[in-house]
Amino acid sequence: MEYVVITYLYLAILLYVVLGGADFGAGIIELFTSQRNIGQTRRTLYHAIGPIWEANHMWLIIVIVILFVGFPLIYSELSIYLHIPLLIMLMGIIARGTAFVFRHYDAVKDDMQELYNKVFVWSSFITPFFLGVIAGSTISGHINRESNTYLETYIFSWLNWFSLSVGLFTVALCGFLASVYLVGEAESENDRMRFVHKVRQMNVIAIGSGVLVFVAAVVDEIPLLTWVFAEPVGLAAVIAASGSLLFMWQWMKTQNMMGPRVLAGFQVTMILLAISYSHFPNFVILHGGDALSLLEHTAPPKTMQALALALLTGSVFILPALFYLYYSFKKKDSESYTER
Amino acid sequence: MNDLLAARSQMALSLGFHIIFACVGMVMPFFMAVSHYQWIKTKNDVYKNLTKAWSKGVAIFFATGAVSGTVLSFELGLLWPTFMKHAGPIFGMPFSLEGTAFFIEAIALGFFLYGWDRFNKWFHWLTGVVVGVSGLASGILVVSANAWMNSPAGFDFVDGEYRNIDPIKAMFNDAWFSQALHMSLAAFVATGFAVAGVHAILILQKKNVVFHSKAFKIAAIFAAVAAVLQPISGDFSAKDVAVRQPAKLAAMEAHFHTQKSAPLIVGGIPDMQKKKVNFAIELPGMLSFLAHGDFESEVKGLDTIPEQDQPPVPIVHYAFQIMVGCGVIMFLISLIFFIALLKKHWFYSRWLPRIFAIALPLGFIAVEAGWTVTEVGRQPWIIQGIMRTADAVTPMPGIVWSFYTFTFVYISLSAVVIFLLYRQIKMVPFIYDTSENRPITKS
Ligand code: HDD
Ligand code: HEM
Ligand code: HEM
Repeated sequence: MEYVVITYLYLAILLYVVLGGADFGAGIIELFTSQRNIGQTRRTLYHAIGPIWEANHMWLIIVIVILFVGFPLIYSELSIYLHIPLLIMLMGIIARGTAFVFRHYDAVKDDMQELYNKVFVWSSFITPFFLGVIAGSTISGHINRESNTYLETYIFSWLNWFSLSVGLFTVALCGFLASVYLVGEAESENDRMRFVHKVRQMNVIAIGSGVLVFVAAVVDEIPLLTWVFAEPVGLAAVIAASGSLLFMWQWMKTQNMMGPRVLAGFQVTMILLAISYSHFPNFVILHGGDALSLLEHTAPPKTMQALALALLTGSVFILPALFYLYYSFKKKDSESYTER
Repeated sequence: MNDLLAARSQMALSLGFHIIFACVGMVMPFFMAVSHYQWIKTKNDVYKNLTKAWSKGVAIFFATGAVSGTVLSFELGLLWPTFMKHAGPIFGMPFSLEGTAFFIEAIALGFFLYGWDRFNKWFHWLTGVVVGVSGLASGILVVSANAWMNSPAGFDFVDGEYRNIDPIKAMFNDAWFSQALHMSLAAFVATGFAVAGVHAILILQKKNVVFHSKAFKIAAIFAAVAAVLQPISGDFSAKDVAVRQPAKLAAMEAHFHTQKSAPLIVGGIPDMQKKKVNFAIELPGMLSFLAHGDFESEVKGLDTIPEQDQPPVPIVHYAFQIMVGCGVIMFLISLIFFIALLKKHWFYSRWLPRIFAIALPLGFIAVEAGWTVTEVGRQPWIIQGIMRTADAVTPMPGIVWSFYTFTFVYISLSAVVIFLLYRQIKMVPFIYDTSENRPITKS
């Protein structure tokens, strides 16, 4: 039963990174779009993420619920040591979620729009950045349960080169995902070219910040290189990700809109796999080599059983409905594209 | 302000904020479903416009409800890590089911908001109903988690350890039914009175009277039915509290001394030194009757509870008086409303909307007061009789700053939401009015 729950945990994390990430990325793209094109980009964006917007963010809640029901110790330790980045991320979530809806539903379109836009794009940047910082911190080995100063316990647990560079990398990944996604939503050839150009930019930034993560890992003495490259699975994942990148570029030239998206999602999956595989089942790596393991710190068996059952039954209801949601809005959209 | 107080205040602020959006998110889909249904049946476009106008307001509320809820699920750990470490596996069951309910709600909402003219109209209508049903279900589930804090069940507490955990038993604890019933009704009362109040004000201003009368009627009927049932369910809750949390009941009633045939104290100012209530109206024997269904029975007072285990009496007492006061007023208004439904000239009078306009905030005041009773009345316990709030709080110093930040954010958000609603309402004549008295210029 633990394995069912753990599978769902990773699945929910992955889906949040891919779907929620594309969603954050949409705001990041807006941040980097010139004033001239911004209106058009925004319209495409809204069209693309409006209906599925709320559903994308539910994955985060699933992650949290799985953690606090199934792995309460891990949840409470992370809440203590990473209180500050979590808090900033929450502020980002509040600002972004509300600004996105407010700008669409404000009955009068006036100067307030500017405010919503600003809040939306900046929080789209800050939220995934801190999400990355948090993710980086869980494996950075900087969480020190013996620490006794405020700085060491609550600040340096997350303020280090490695976590910050993972933050940047996450932002870049989000931008990359979103731009690939948007290429398929473009409403004219001109837009399409513009978005493809964005994909190229984001791709370069993502690779650059990925290299940065490795450099920072060396600086902070984190054995990231060994984790990723010493394991056959990690190595294979990296190769698969790079290979599919080339393939994706090839595909991008055609009109196919699903192919590149799937591949971009695949690349992110491979990156997560490469990083987390080698230290599984450890979820959090602590100072001094200790770790919090998903297999050791589970809730009592009855709870795990009930949780697994709840997740399984939940999926029976959710997944078909979710697919139908994505499907029907995509279908209608492509119909209207050909009509035009 | 010390860190414990700051953490408690931040929790109270976040929950007090979230509950408003949660109530609207649970109840408005039902109002919209009725008006949507009327449109499909009668083809009267006023109903379609009403559904659309409401759904835009609701979208704003949903977004705010969703983000504030997301924040809450993190705050449980950020503020109360020790509590969550032990309680998570026990009371987590409703939260994991709630996840499913939210998800379905979010999906159905996507269909509903973006599905106009895209789907079969009954499918579209149904997605709206699904939003309401899953919202209500999630409300009931969270409340059952809260009920567990009042009435812990599903584990054995041996030598400070939590053994034999059974999450299903924990979910169906003794308090869940009375609390869930009372809360669900409260959501209908509060949202119903608020929505009816807004439309009543607009009727009084003689704007789009046809449109607003239809809206008023739908909201007021829901509100009135729930408001009539509310005191009955409240009485049921009180009897429940008397058994499981005598300290809370004693604080609600400012009942200092154990006695037989205890009087019900209405109003008054509790004097904590002299252990009596000044300036109160006493109804002899009523408290015994309300708590145990017998005018002669004995009701435990605060004197049976050690000083360090007593909740803060004045807050709980005042909050309880406010809730019941609002409840009684809304009960009476609802009776008048039912008579008005029969007597048409009452219904079209000007005083009826006036009453509703004044009663606009009463429901939400009662909701906030009711939660204060429940939560403050549980103090000093976070899990009744098992864990103290002071032992559950995060070790991180400086929570005060986090509290100030949240206060600032929530105040600004409330301001923006009110501003947006005001604009929505102001634009109704330009967007939705098809009658002759439509204003010509569009400002
Ligand atoms: C519209 C809102 C509203 C109205 C009119 C009332 N209540 Fe209430 N009450 C609530 C909204 C509420 C609430 C906010 O929903 C609470 C908080 C926790 C809960 O489950 O419901 C609550 C709690 C609550 C409790 C504590 C339950 C517990 O701790 O488990 C009692 C004893 C009552 N109520 C009793 C009453 C009585 C006798 C009323 C008579 C008119 C009444 N309420 C009207
Ligand atoms: C949405 C309606 C709710 C409101 C308005 C509300 C209000 C409050 C208030 C006023 C406090 C502070 C009490 C004090 O410290 O004196 C509090 C504390 C708390 N509430 Fe609630 N509450 C609500 C529902 C819930 C639910 C559903 C849960 C959990 C499932 C919950 C969990 C807590 C916790 C963990 C605390 C902190 C510990 C404590 O003070 O006992 N609350 N809430
Ligand atoms: C009595 C207390 C509560 C009630 C009745 C309630 C009810 C609801 C309802 C009906 C919604 C969906 C409506 C909307 O999105 O606007 C919602 C949203 C949410 N609530 Fe609460 N809630 C309560 C307290 C809590 C607590 C204590 C938590 C966290 C531990 C929580 C977590 C959430 C989350 C994560 C969402 C967002 C779901 C979404 O995106 O739709 N709620 N709540």
